[in-house]
Amino acid sequence: MSSLEMPRRSTRLDPYVDQYAERTSSMTVSAVRALFAVANRPEVVSLAGGMPNITDLPLGTIGDAFNDLVRSAGVQAMQYGSGQGELFMREKIVEVMAEEQIHANPDDVVVTCGSQQALDLVTRIFIDPGDVILCEAPSYVGALGTFNASQARIHHVAMDEHGLLPDALRTAVLALRAEGARVKFLYTIPNYNNPTGITQTLDRRRALLDVAHEVDLLVVEDNPYGLLTFDGDPVPALRAMDDQVIYLGSFSKTFAPGFRIGWVLAPHAVRERLVIAQEAAVLSPPVFSQFAIAAYLDRFDWRGQIVAFRDMYRERRDAMLRGLEDHMPAGTTWTRPTGGFFVWVTLPEGLDSQALLARAVNERVAYVPGSAFYADGFGGRNLRASYCFPTAERIYEGTRRLGRVIAAELEMRATFGLGAETPLHRPGLGPAPDLS
Amino acid sequence: MADPTGTVVVLAGGLSHEREVSLRSGRRVATALRETGHTVLEADVNGQLLSVLADADDPLVFPVLHGGAGEDGALREVLDVLGVSYIGSTGRASHIAFDKAVATPLVAAAGFATPRQAALPQDMFRELGAHALVEALASGIGFPMMVKPAQSGSSLGCTRVESADALPAAIVTAFGYGEVAIVEEFIEGREVAVSVVDLGDGPTALPAVEIEPVSGPYDYAARYTAGQTRFSAPADLPAAVADACADLAVQAHRILGLRDVSRTDLIIRDDTPYFLEVNVAPGMTDTSLLPLAIEASGVSFEEICSSLVAAARGREESASA
Ligand SMILES: Cc1ncc(COP(=O)(O)O)c(C=O)c1O
Repeated sequence: MSSLEMPRRSTRLDPYVDQYAERTSSMTVSAVRALFAVANRPEVVSLAGGMPNITDLPLGTIGDAFNDLVRSAGVQAMQYGSGQGELFMREKIVEVMAEEQIHANPDDVVVTCGSQQALDLVTRIFIDPGDVILCEAPSYVGALGTFNASQARIHHVAMDEHGLLPDALRTAVLALRAEGARVKFLYTIPNYNNPTGITQTLDRRRALLDVAHEVDLLVVEDNPYGLLTFDGDPVPALRAMDDQVIYLGSFSKTFAPGFRIGWVLAPHAVRERLVIAQEAAVLSPPVFSQFAIAAYLDRFDWRGQIVAFRDMYRERRDAMLRGLEDHMPAGTTWTRPTGGFFVWVTLPEGLDSQALLARAVNERVAYVPGSAFYADGFGGRNLRASYCFPTAERIYEGTRRLGRVIAAELEMRATFGLGAETPLHRPGLGPAPDLS
Repeated sequence: MADPTGTVVVLAGGLSHEREVSLRSGRRVATALRETGHTVLEADVNGQLLSVLADADDPLVFPVLHGGAGEDGALREVLDVLGVSYIGSTGRASHIAFDKAVATPLVAAAGFATPRQAALPQDMFRELGAHALVEALASGIGFPMMVKPAQSGSSLGCTRVESADALPAAIVTAFGYGEVAIVEEFIEGREVAVSVVDLGDGPTALPAVEIEPVSGPYDYAARYTAGQTRFSAPADLPAAVADACADLAVQAHRILGLRDVSRTDLIIRDDTPYFLEVNVAPGMTDTSLLPLAIEASGVSFEEICSSLVAAARGREESASA
């Protein structure tokens, strides 16, 4: 080999490393993310992902409908479209929202690339670097990512088993304003919260809206799971109780996420800015997807499909709760969701869900460590276990493995005399919401 | 270019904690081999692997598995049993090299500097009492100290420990990755990696690569986020020190009975290289050290991958002759 004549090269392997925007500084790979690569292997029971189970959709019939669509309207469906979204799509969206007692005008709807992009648009039009966004403790990791990318300051507000605490919300807003912070909006997931599975009660919703009025706070409601109710009657959406609320919806969980169609319903003036922001972002949301979803809604009993989804997810939720009951070591607590995809587990004192993940992967089970759902590193004692994707038997088996992992870690810590002194929680914010 | 025959099966993925890195490495190797005219199949370690190997035309396995069964030699032993040839160290040698608790004393016995260390299985703490053992480690090894799993890579599960009260938690973390934890003296110095390649005419050291994280430790994020680490190749070392590093890497390769390719990680303190560990399945990603060393040697990554295949094919021929 011809060595030695080569000049020395000193490199950071990225010629642009000093040119990236400040807001990307936290965008690095992580060991936790790497462990998820293993979670996708079939040997591993993944309680980590939030993928809906769409295997029961009538694919043959949907295929026929799409075939017809291409033949009869392909030229429009494959063309650029309206920045706000196609009118027929917005009319359908209004029909879907009526299922949750939301009465809206199609003019006030903006179609987005999943509700994820709705979050991004809302953040873009309201947030300057340093502005405060309030959200639940804990909150959806994807929202935190969007907020971080626009350099918002994220402030978590405590919740209990009935959802966000109105008094804590008032206190936070007043305290932040007193120190000169610009508090822009509250981001909340009132139904089957991601990651906790907790739902705000009707009283709690009224109280929250009262506080929002009192302190003049904009509310952004994210509701992708609202139609996936397992037990009892759904609680009306915040937007159904107050038309100043900005509301985000999605077809990802009630139909299929691959179309990437969601929406935002907003008061008139806000909607105007959203449309302009949407044009700047993507020109028009995917037109073909809108045609496809409209065809599905037109030609199928989509309400019946949602009932089928509910039954399927209810069975999985039951398997998860039964498994946790049967396998969790003493000192472990968890939420009992009445809909949606997620259970929030609080580990015995002293355990750290991020450190535990390597052991879990060895035991062939995966989850998302709780700290992912906090902007401030909190959540070390928590984990999110989702029951949406694996079958009921696999979910039950997953909880058995998880129980073994927790028990082994407890035993190891006992061997080393490690108690609860490891400071994994912060005074005042609980390991919220701990339902022990 | 030679006229390559048969199929090269690039094995990547697996169930280890380093699956993600392995998949990235595997894709890079597969592309390099395709560009040099080889027929390449990419395979994961799963229930289909044995039938993939059985169906492939004259398969030669290129294992790019990091951690777990891919690197500890178990899978290579299966290939031996099946009579499928592969690039890299044998199962037995991989087994020894991957276990830091076994490899380090062998290298030390040959007269090279190694950190003071102890390899401790979980049971040892139960039997001797964790408290007493932790105290013994604190006084016997001293601080700062490095605690790491005996079998893992990419610095997963590693903690630098500054004081006795942080030691138990670090050991528990390492045990999350496996049954044995290594507790060793932290050698403060310059971090260097020396890759060794043997294309049929004996193991040769490639230029040393020096690693300087831009801030903080060379942890997982620093390893695999481009821009977070500064690499210099060849490392800016006095000739005598560079030679000592190369010698250490080549000798480690020989002592441990390694084959084809390896990478030795070392720390230079007061011009003395200290052996940290050797990898039989070095990373091949865009931010990995072996590809940087290859580039610094004036040869292309594609050429080396292709030559490794040719050397392994040559070995097959001489074995059957
Ligand atoms: C609370 C919440 N909001 C938004 C989304 C994004 O959904 P989509 O962009 O697919 O509509 C998700 C997806 O998991 C979610 O859980």
